[in-house]
Amino acid sequence: MSFEKQLKRLEEIVGELESDEIELDRALALFEEGVKHLRAATESLSKAEGQVKRLVERADGSFEVISPRE
Amino acid sequence: MGLGLSALDDAAPGADATSAITVHTLTSTARDVLEGAFPPIWVRGEVTGFKAHRNGHWYFTLRDRMAQVRAVVWSRDTRSIPATPDEGMTVSAFGALSVYPQKGEMQFLVRKLEAEGDGLWRKRFEQTRARLEADGLLAIERKRRLPAFPRVVAVVTSPDGAALHDIVAVMRRRAPSVALVVVPAAVQGDTAVKELCAAIERVGRWNRADLVIIGRGGGSREDLQAFNDERVARALAACPMPTVSAVGHEVDVTICDMVADVRAPTPSAAAETVVRDRAELDSRLGTMGQRMSRALLKRCDRAKAELQWAASALRDRLVRAAERKRARLTELGGRLNALSPLATLHRGYAVARAADGRALTSVESFAAGLRFRLVLKDGEIPARVAERL
Repeated sequence: MSFEKQLKRLEEIVGELESDEIELDRALALFEEGVKHLRAATESLSKAEGQVKRLVERADGSFEVISPRE
Repeated sequence: MGLGLSALDDAAPGADATSAITVHTLTSTARDVLEGAFPPIWVRGEVTGFKAHRNGHWYFTLRDRMAQVRAVVWSRDTRSIPATPDEGMTVSAFGALSVYPQKGEMQFLVRKLEAEGDGLWRKRFEQTRARLEADGLLAIERKRRLPAFPRVVAVVTSPDGAALHDIVAVMRRRAPSVALVVVPAAVQGDTAVKELCAAIERVGRWNRADLVIIGRGGGSREDLQAFNDERVARALAACPMPTVSAVGHEVDVTICDMVADVRAPTPSAAAETVVRDRAELDSRLGTMGQRMSRALLKRCDRAKAELQWAASALRDRLVRAAERKRARLTELGGRLNALSPLATLHRGYAVARAADGRALTSVESFAAGLRFRLVLKDGEIPARVAERL
């Protein structure tokens, strides 16, 4: 799931959890789902893309993304 | 021998009628002399009678109140001039003075042409803008929204330029998880337009970036010209993913700025625009986590309260039910008592009971010799039937 979708799903979960009519079972299930998304989203934020890559097009029209020092 | 102006001695050609020179020699000589006397030079004047010939050369007259001179721009030199001058426009022309021998006319061979206040660049800019506008490429409805959370950002710029350096610095700080891919291109000089177009087309064919930043650091108006080029603008308009222009020159808007989906005033600003700050997102996630926990706790508290309420309601109901039963029992006891034969006994009656406790209520029940008990209000007396009548 993309970060954007994760964030959107989290917003929905928080909104529904905070509503007054929610069933307890549903609340527990949502919470569990929310924690999963929260963990995944935090993980993707803290992932670090190393150095800047460079786009190279080969003679046959294929592409390659290389590190500048290669 | 040479034909210097001071060389009109008797021996020189043209010194007398018999040695008269040809017209062509005269004008050619005049040309050589003029070209030798004037180094290339800037001349200011007003343009009149401009004509762009089919052969690609431009012809016009450069004049002021006192004088005028024929001027020509050869076809190959017109390419470095942004636009044709308007009638009456005051220009500065750089070139060499010469003579056109075939016509015997003095002419100024122009290599560079500039109008006051960047007039020619402005004219070209307006012409380009008008053409792009006519094709709908500047329409506001064409502007695409940038993806909120791009994962791959392509940057079309010089690999060694300040622009790239700035973009990398901002992106690494704000969004280290976003991949940056440089698509190198010269951003100034003769090859800039070609390279920029090729790079934009390449990133489009690759089609793996979520958006493209195209830009360069600040520079002189001349340095930024590639970003005002119509071909670059059209390539940018055709780019399949959203585009951000980032030409480091805050005052002037370039043609690329107008065609791009988003204009950033500098490369750093472009990087700030395309990615959200990681710290801000972290804190947003944190807040959502807190809200989730709080909401769940609240819901659990409510469930607990509901349970307690239900338990106490149940207890109340049980107590009330027990009380109702006790009252009923008391009432039944009273009614039972009223019906009890014991009450009759109290009034002085007696009842005969067989050994098994059965009440003997009919004469038929008393066989002769039957042993039975006579129950009175204060006890029993054993009895026997002596005889039957």
